[in-house]
Amino acid sequence: MVVGKSVKRVDAFDKVTGRARYTDDLVDKSALIVKICHSTIAHGMVKSIDKSEAEKIAGVVKILTCFDVPDRPFPTAGHPWSTDPHHQDVADRLLLNRHVRYYGDDIAVVIAEDEVTAEQGVRALKVEYEEFSFVLDPQEAMKDGAPLLHEKFKNNILAHTGYEVGNYEEAILEPGLVKIEGWYDTPTVQHCHIENHICYAEEQSGKIVIVSSTQIPHIVRRICGQALGLPWGSVRLIKPYIGGGFGNKQDALYEPLCGYCCQQVGGRLVKLDVSREETFVSNRVRHAIRYHIITFARPDGRFVARRMEAFSNQGAYASHGHGIVAKGASAFKQIYVDDKATKVDAYTIFTNTPASGAMRAYGIPQVSFAIESNVEDAAEILGIDSLKLRQMNMMPVGYKDDFTKNINYFDSLNQCIAKGKAYIDYERKHAEYAKQTGPIRRGVGMAIFWYNTAVWPISLEASSCRMVMNQDGSVQFEIAETEIGQGADTAFAQMVADTVGVPFEKVHVMSTQDTDITPFGTGAYASRQTYVAGFAIHQIGTQLKNKVLNYASYLTGKPADVLDLVDGIVIDKSTKEPLMPIDELATTALYSLDQAEQFSAEGTTQIKSNAYSFGCGFVEVEVDIPMCKVTLLKMINVHDCGRLINPQLAEAQVHGGMSMAIGYGMGEQLLFDPKTGKPLNNNLLDYKLCTMMDHPDLKAEFVENFEPTSPFGTKALGEPPTCPGAPAIRNAIFNATGVSINQTPMTPHVLFARFKEDGLL
Amino acid sequence: MYDFSALYEATSVQNAVELMQAHPSAVLIAGGSDVLIKMREGKLAGAELISIYKLDELREVTMDPDGALRIGPMTSFSHATNSPMLQKYMPVLGESADTAGGPQLRSIGTLGGTICTGVTSADTASTQVAYDAVLEITSVSGIRKLSIHDFYKGPGKVDLQPGELLTAILIPKESYENCFGYYIKYAMRNAMDIATIGCSVNVVLSPDRKTIRRMRIAYGVAGPVPMRARTAEAALNGMPVGEAAIAAIGEEVLKDVNPRTSWRASAEFRKQIISETARRGLKAAIERAGGVF
Repeated sequence: MVVGKSVKRVDAFDKVTGRARYTDDLVDKSALIVKICHSTIAHGMVKSIDKSEAEKIAGVVKILTCFDVPDRPFPTAGHPWSTDPHHQDVADRLLLNRHVRYYGDDIAVVIAEDEVTAEQGVRALKVEYEEFSFVLDPQEAMKDGAPLLHEKFKNNILAHTGYEVGNYEEAILEPGLVKIEGWYDTPTVQHCHIENHICYAEEQSGKIVIVSSTQIPHIVRRICGQALGLPWGSVRLIKPYIGGGFGNKQDALYEPLCGYCCQQVGGRLVKLDVSREETFVSNRVRHAIRYHIITFARPDGRFVARRMEAFSNQGAYASHGHGIVAKGASAFKQIYVDDKATKVDAYTIFTNTPASGAMRAYGIPQVSFAIESNVEDAAEILGIDSLKLRQMNMMPVGYKDDFTKNINYFDSLNQCIAKGKAYIDYERKHAEYAKQTGPIRRGVGMAIFWYNTAVWPISLEASSCRMVMNQDGSVQFEIAETEIGQGADTAFAQMVADTVGVPFEKVHVMSTQDTDITPFGTGAYASRQTYVAGFAIHQIGTQLKNKVLNYASYLTGKPADVLDLVDGIVIDKSTKEPLMPIDELATTALYSLDQAEQFSAEGTTQIKSNAYSFGCGFVEVEVDIPMCKVTLLKMINVHDCGRLINPQLAEAQVHGGMSMAIGYGMGEQLLFDPKTGKPLNNNLLDYKLCTMMDHPDLKAEFVENFEPTSPFGTKALGEPPTCPGAPAIRNAIFNATGVSINQTPMTPHVLFARFKEDGLL
Repeated sequence: MYDFSALYEATSVQNAVELMQAHPSAVLIAGGSDVLIKMREGKLAGAELISIYKLDELREVTMDPDGALRIGPMTSFSHATNSPMLQKYMPVLGESADTAGGPQLRSIGTLGGTICTGVTSADTASTQVAYDAVLEITSVSGIRKLSIHDFYKGPGKVDLQPGELLTAILIPKESYENCFGYYIKYAMRNAMDIATIGCSVNVVLSPDRKTIRRMRIAYGVAGPVPMRARTAEAALNGMPVGEAAIAAIGEEVLKDVNPRTSWRASAEFRKQIISETARRGLKAAIERAGGVF
């Protein structure tokens, strides 16, 4: 059995030797180059675009502007399509825009023979605008009279949802309650995957073939069909290896525009390669969300009632929209369970900033920062140890959510906390560090988190796969759940090997998804891959194995149900006697003059469950108060993501997520000029993504409670590692200095202002 | 792909200055770590380039007969860090060079290029200013020398006339002899970053190491160009080694600097860091010189 073992990644050798091919490695050098002209105002109408100078440049092939494109709005979110019109994503995008809604909006393209010429062409365009006033802050954008981005959405509110469990107003009347209240701000950050978005398109056999760096090939095919007004089958979408996505590529980015450019030059090959500067602004960003939390607790620490208001900055276009803040709203009532009442209002609001979309952990890093800051402050105010306060109020074993039907089967949170605090020596240090004085102080902090695996029942959860056996008994495996660097192909191969009963080396995962070949599936997001693919692999792998065993029965004369296929050998289950190696059986079957058969299996598995994934993070910091600097000394995440399919890959997932959390907590924030709306730091020098030199040794540990809903006992791990880091850092700074910092990233600028305010400087 | 119209590869200093005279609008490219970024942004679209990258004669660190250190302006940051001559006589220059960017940048960026671009944040510039470097500038009509203090004219502007090439950075013997320096780069992250404040301090102590005989301090990003804090220097010279001197410099430097508020940092925050780096830099430099607190 190979599940549970740290086998080498199936793509390791190709990736380290440079043999793995990415989109830009595949495109033919004859491709025309597309460069986009972006708006240089934050809000307004394009009055005219003078192309005359650009058209004079030798090598410019075609210029397309917002006055040329069809008036056919389409949605871009990488959600499974809903056949119910009320649940469909908001279709608010055009290929190019006359009404520009953020600084960097797409207004024209130049298609040229090479990159330099295309760039010269873009610079030669003369654009005239009618400028409107603009708004960058979501709460400002909600006010009457604020500049309106989309006519259909009054006060710029894309959506407002809420819920009330119990009766909040009544609950807070209980005598003797202590009130803990705070506002918490989270920043606009970008995914910063290594490979920027890139795609190329050409017409072949009456179809548009688009090769793209995407997480969601089948979804992008649908969106390109919608955007271009083509039958969806007339778009063929191919996804090769990609250099990361983290949710940015869980959206249709420039594939529709690239397809349109291809159509406009007679189906010739065109390539659209996005620069890092464009990636920051004109792709997607993480929603910046502002929270207002009020907690009413009894003096013994029990939460009686809590209230949360959340204001989520959608930016200029709907993309994934309200789903992000809504997921955090679910977390609010589940990670801690109030004795009497919980009330939430969540708003998603358009502003004149880059469109926010999906990003690793989909709203939970944001809400975790707010909740875990509020809980830490509550502990201080109540005079109760913050770990004990959490343990008193967090989701109990046996908790069941009415909507998802998720059940908390295990005491995961306490098990994770026990491991984390032992590693950091939390309790001793927390008490000791609280007494420090002097310019350089240490602190420890922690945070817990909640996560859902996959998207059922909000959205479709299904997975399809195909397995085909070769002459030598090896198996081709195809699935639409994509490898995006996370190691999915390797986990799939392990599960296929064990289910079918062949050695790991005999499983060939077809890493490239091609919508004309690969079975239908929705792609990589929601930490769903291993969980949902596990169901399909179990079902289809069992079918394939049964076909093999039936054939073995024909060959051996023994009934199929006494046979088994184990590690590539057909055996008699009762005697364990080896009967035939799989390669011999497969060769015989394919070349049999009597009963030739190719063993293959294919089908769809619907998944109507979801699974809670939990964990925590602990950090130790050193704070240099006069220098306003925080150094991370130690950091650990502990996760219960069920049984580990590949422990080493799981650890790598956690390290990456922790790194992202460090950036989220300490450095990253996309800034805009308040006077113009222009992005100020859309490059990797001025946007402070953390380097290796800013990381402590990262420690990942696990609690392995076998998830009962999964055939392999697994659940979400892709996104959860990003959740606890930022609030744990915040709480460690609080332990060190007594200063509560209710915004992230906690940069030296923010520390300086807060240290001044609290009299430390 | 970069948008330029011609590349002239200089084969010698003489050839370089001739090329510069023949192509007055051409842009000089050394390591390329600034020029290529500008080109990528489209700022020098269509420019002609004169490359001095192959002029190894400008890459050496040697000593002149009068004892001055002669640093070739094409010396890369990583070569500066690893130069035995600099390690022996002026290690702080190599140390400050080692804080710039990342390994790739340090392999191509040059000590001369970083001052010729006239930027205030250059990590080695403040150390060159703190050591009163003398610059040797060559053109077809000959060689002239000027103090680095006269070289900076404003942000991005230096005293290089058309056709002039920086051919040496000289550190006089009296500048580095018995002198111990320390550089603090303050940035938002620990690598791959530009300085929020750079502070270069050096001291000469009395023979008994109880008195500060000469203290020099220069900053990057405390003003529009790398600058010395002369009031602070005057106040500290002659002071006894001790905590009083450390406390004093933190106050005195604020009389010299004029940082501005921008989206990168507020003036108030910069002042906090200017004071604190002065205190820590002076203390470290004194300790290197054998002073005891």
